[in-house]
Amino acid sequence: MTKQGVIKDINGPIVTIILPGVANGEQVRIGELGLYGEVISLQGSEALVQIYESTEMVRPGEPVEGLSHPLSVELGPGLMGGIFDGVQRPLEKMFLQAGDQIPRGVSPDALDRESQWTFTPTESLEPNTQVSGGIQLGSVQETESVLHRILVPPDVSGELIEIAPEGDYSLDQTIARVKTADGEIRRLKLFHRWPVRQPRPYLHRDHSSEPLITGQRILDTFFPLMKGGKGAVPGPFGAGKTMVQHQVARWSNADIVIYVGCGERGNELVDVLDSFPKLKDPYTGRSLMERTLLVANTSNMPVVAREASIYVGITIAEYYRDQGHDVVMLADSTSRWAEALREVSGRLGQMPVEEGYPAYLASRLSAFYERAGRVETYDCGRGSVSLIGAVSPPGGDFSEPVTSHTKEIIQTFWALSKELADARHYPAIDWVDSFSEDVSTAAIWWHEQVDRNWEKRRGQALSMLARDAELSRIVNLVGPEALSSAQRWILEGAALIKEGVLQQSALDPVDTFSSPEKQFLLLDTILAIYDQGADLIELGVPVQELSDLPILAKLRRCKEVYDSDQLDQLREFREQAIKSFESIRSEYAQRGELTS
Amino acid sequence: MSAKEYRTVSSARGGLLTVSQVPGIAFGDRVEIRDSQGRKRNGQVIRSSNIEVLIQVFEGTDHLDLENTWVRFLDTPLEISLSPEILGRVFNGLGEPKDGRPPVVSRLHRSINANAFNPAARTYPKEFIQTGISTIDGLNSLVRGQKLPIFSASGLPHNRLAAQIVRQAKLPDEESHFSIVFAAMGVSYSDARFFQEEFASSGVLGNVVMFINLADEPPVERLTLPRMALTAAEYLAFDLDRHVLVVMTDMTHYAEALREVATAKGDVPARKGYPGYLYSDLAEIYERSGRIKDRHGSITLVPVLSMPSDDITHPIPDLTGYITEGQIVLSRELHNQGVYPPVHISPSLSRLMKDGIGKDFTREDHPHVSNQLYALYARALETRNLASIIGADELSARDQRYLEFADAFEKRFVAQGEDEDRSIVETLNLAWELLSLLPPTALTRVTETEMAKYHHHAGNELRQPVQKEPLA
Ligand SMILES: Nc1ncnc2c1ncn2[C@@H]1O[C@H](COP(=O)(O)OP(=O)(O)OP(=O)(O)O)[C@@H](O)[C@H]1O
Ligand SMILES: [Mg+2]
Repeated sequence: MTKQGVIKDINGPIVTIILPGVANGEQVRIGELGLYGEVISLQGSEALVQIYESTEMVRPGEPVEGLSHPLSVELGPGLMGGIFDGVQRPLEKMFLQAGDQIPRGVSPDALDRESQWTFTPTESLEPNTQVSGGIQLGSVQETESVLHRILVPPDVSGELIEIAPEGDYSLDQTIARVKTADGEIRRLKLFHRWPVRQPRPYLHRDHSSEPLITGQRILDTFFPLMKGGKGAVPGPFGAGKTMVQHQVARWSNADIVIYVGCGERGNELVDVLDSFPKLKDPYTGRSLMERTLLVANTSNMPVVAREASIYVGITIAEYYRDQGHDVVMLADSTSRWAEALREVSGRLGQMPVEEGYPAYLASRLSAFYERAGRVETYDCGRGSVSLIGAVSPPGGDFSEPVTSHTKEIIQTFWALSKELADARHYPAIDWVDSFSEDVSTAAIWWHEQVDRNWEKRRGQALSMLARDAELSRIVNLVGPEALSSAQRWILEGAALIKEGVLQQSALDPVDTFSSPEKQFLLLDTILAIYDQGADLIELGVPVQELSDLPILAKLRRCKEVYDSDQLDQLREFREQAIKSFESIRSEYAQRGELTS
Repeated sequence: MSAKEYRTVSSARGGLLTVSQVPGIAFGDRVEIRDSQGRKRNGQVIRSSNIEVLIQVFEGTDHLDLENTWVRFLDTPLEISLSPEILGRVFNGLGEPKDGRPPVVSRLHRSINANAFNPAARTYPKEFIQTGISTIDGLNSLVRGQKLPIFSASGLPHNRLAAQIVRQAKLPDEESHFSIVFAAMGVSYSDARFFQEEFASSGVLGNVVMFINLADEPPVERLTLPRMALTAAEYLAFDLDRHVLVVMTDMTHYAEALREVATAKGDVPARKGYPGYLYSDLAEIYERSGRIKDRHGSITLVPVLSMPSDDITHPIPDLTGYITEGQIVLSRELHNQGVYPPVHISPSLSRLMKDGIGKDFTREDHPHVSNQLYALYARALETRNLASIIGADELSARDQRYLEFADAFEKRFVAQGEDEDRSIVETLNLAWELLSLLPPTALTRVTETEMAKYHHHAGNELRQPVQKEPLA
């Protein structure tokens, strides 16, 4: 029995309805078109509803129907490779059925009911045993690279009466029956629904011990994010937030990537849809699209669905985490989500506190980021959700509410700078404003896996960059003549680090991804050459002589010349470079020009 | 259509009219209002309940007398009539003829508030448009289906630049096939006149649809005008398979009109009094550009806006930059030095350039050359800054070259004639002439192969200190 009511008042996306018995958070359909919406407050038999679609030409008096469940997503095989809107409507299917524009009031099933999946039950699982939420019933190979574990839904527990044998099943078929404590028989399928605003449960939280490797040098080497960590990418328009997120989506060593385009451009999602199927995951060699899912609420779509979109994304991320996967969720941009929140609160006449935002902005933000983390799952070992949100501060001003609240919550902050972007220093991540709270944890991994000198070299590079900033200030006041040779060599060394390590073109086929070994080797090579040069300068070699060495120009280009699997050649180059410095030393020694 | 007229107006204030006891009126419905003298005004329902309907009146609510105001609900959203006849015509923000000719008669009407394009229906814009302007083609290339605004300010030649783009834009080696939709909001009579004469003198009038709202015409019409224009553009592009270039000016007047209306409605302001939904509202407009799968046509959008007090962080340019696929920024400093077009390179950007240039589209060295020019110019500006502090004579010989590069870049690459239509190859060759002012070791963004092919002094790598090299 569905609840029936009528529309009372339409104020843009906020509609007042009269629907006795409706619950807060309940999904409703309104009007002749059956537009979808969600109850956000109740007063007697009246309810305020936020509508996910345009309410143009909807009238008071039209019918309303309550659907008796909160906004939920379908979780099961068939998610990977898909693109869904902010309330999980399948966009590819809608395009085929309805054409270029998104029609109102239609909602095809998110997951395809026709497809057959080969289900393999868990061997050790016998009928008549007790099962509960999160227990693995079996698995389905969802794509070549993703093993999809079929779990008992979190809200089901009881005695397993029957489990289906290995075979092909569609999503609507029953694959297990469970008798609950009060005697009810629950038929489990390959998929289940879960309300998006409710975090999925897990056994307990675990600490993160491994960095997420993104193949981006400034991220991995300088400001690492742990698997299960929370990160933010703030920056003014055009500074490269989306690029950073796309790069992480492409090259990170995660099992699953959930990309939420929240109030951003349609073409950026098309870019992912076009390029990902052709790109290969450097770890599995499979097409990237096999492990990627897109949620798209573009900037021109109704704002209320934008508010929902990040919850849809994070719920799907948690679902794969519960299967023991390492998931990365990218949200571009959380500012647009906050603005959707602001718009709804404004329409409700709530008291704004800062720049029009409601008082609950900070708590909503932190509750959202809190859904990231590494956990011990009930039955699938450890899983993690790493969460990276882009932030788009008005005027690029980081003191505004969304950026400043976010900064308090996250552990890794990749601050983009307009100055660097204007000079085409990409990624335009500012090494002064950025931070990672997990450098020492990441160091353990780097020291074991890559090189014992990682933390030391990282520190040297950062202090050289800091010296560079100081010295440049002096140059700008009194000119370069004021600097000693050693100081000028520091400027040169810093330039080498900036160009040879920090700058990394996402568009260069070789440079776009850098393995941890390559990252370290590049940095180590540059610092080694810097050290050599510093020695020579101390011995009296003029700095100009060194700066003009063609080998330095080559050093700047190494990143694009040697692929991550050509490290032997890179090592050879390093030897050569060091040799050429040594030959200068002997040249000078022969000429007797050395002071020592 | 409901022919019934209501006389139950209960308040009229700030452009808003409240009508009582009219049940079942649709949200967004179009409204006709008659005043005591029988004069007609237009409106739209912006809130509706069975007790009260709130109407936004396009011509404002001044001099309305509540007793003698009649309201008729037309039971239709704001629509535009479409047929190939719209080409060559001039309309106002309501889609009514403004050229003294009869209305376009057609059975095809479309609501101007289209549903959003499904991202799965889009194709990625990739085809390079040659505008003949070096700063755009070489450094901030425009592609078919892109939205690329011009950020300008009062007194800068944005109109001339927009007109030059309209005149010269074409695919390389092709004649122009663009149909033009021109949308003017709150512009002066002389600016509107400038464009009309431009279109007439370049002989494209028959291929242009104009939507014009002048500075002294109702501001509320500025809100519907771009939507009218884009609905027309979509019709031309996706029904008639044309490539459409939409020029909109001035988006600042649009946003100001939005603020005016929002304030009257009592919406919560975000920054500088602009409503929080300015971003979404602008996005509804800008995101209507693009390419669609299996459709031949395209919509390329060049909005023009003036930055209040030359401030790029003002909400209007700021939010525009967050939505569009780059921006061309004009500089007062260059303009004052007599450089036309005064394109400020550093903050200008085209995000779709990366897929529309290079080997298969323009020339293989294009991506690196563009990058290199950017990096050098940024460095050269730092040097210029330094020179202004310590004096140019104090600079090292190497730094002197950067200064020389900056000057040559502005005078020869940025500056060009208003009728000068440079091919992309000419632009790239010119770029190499400038890059050759610097020794190969200073160029790390171009590859060694490209350097060997295009650098004027390739091969003689400098082992010697720069001082000993003759200046190029
Ligand atoms: N790592 C990179 N390599 C090469 N180009 C880059 C890189 N990062 C950014 N860019 C350039 O900067 C442009 C803008 O980047 P991006 O679209 O990511 O900015 P954004 O911060 O997301 O802007 P907005 O807030 O407007 O969405 C890109 O189109 C690209 O040209
Ligand atoms: Mg972006």
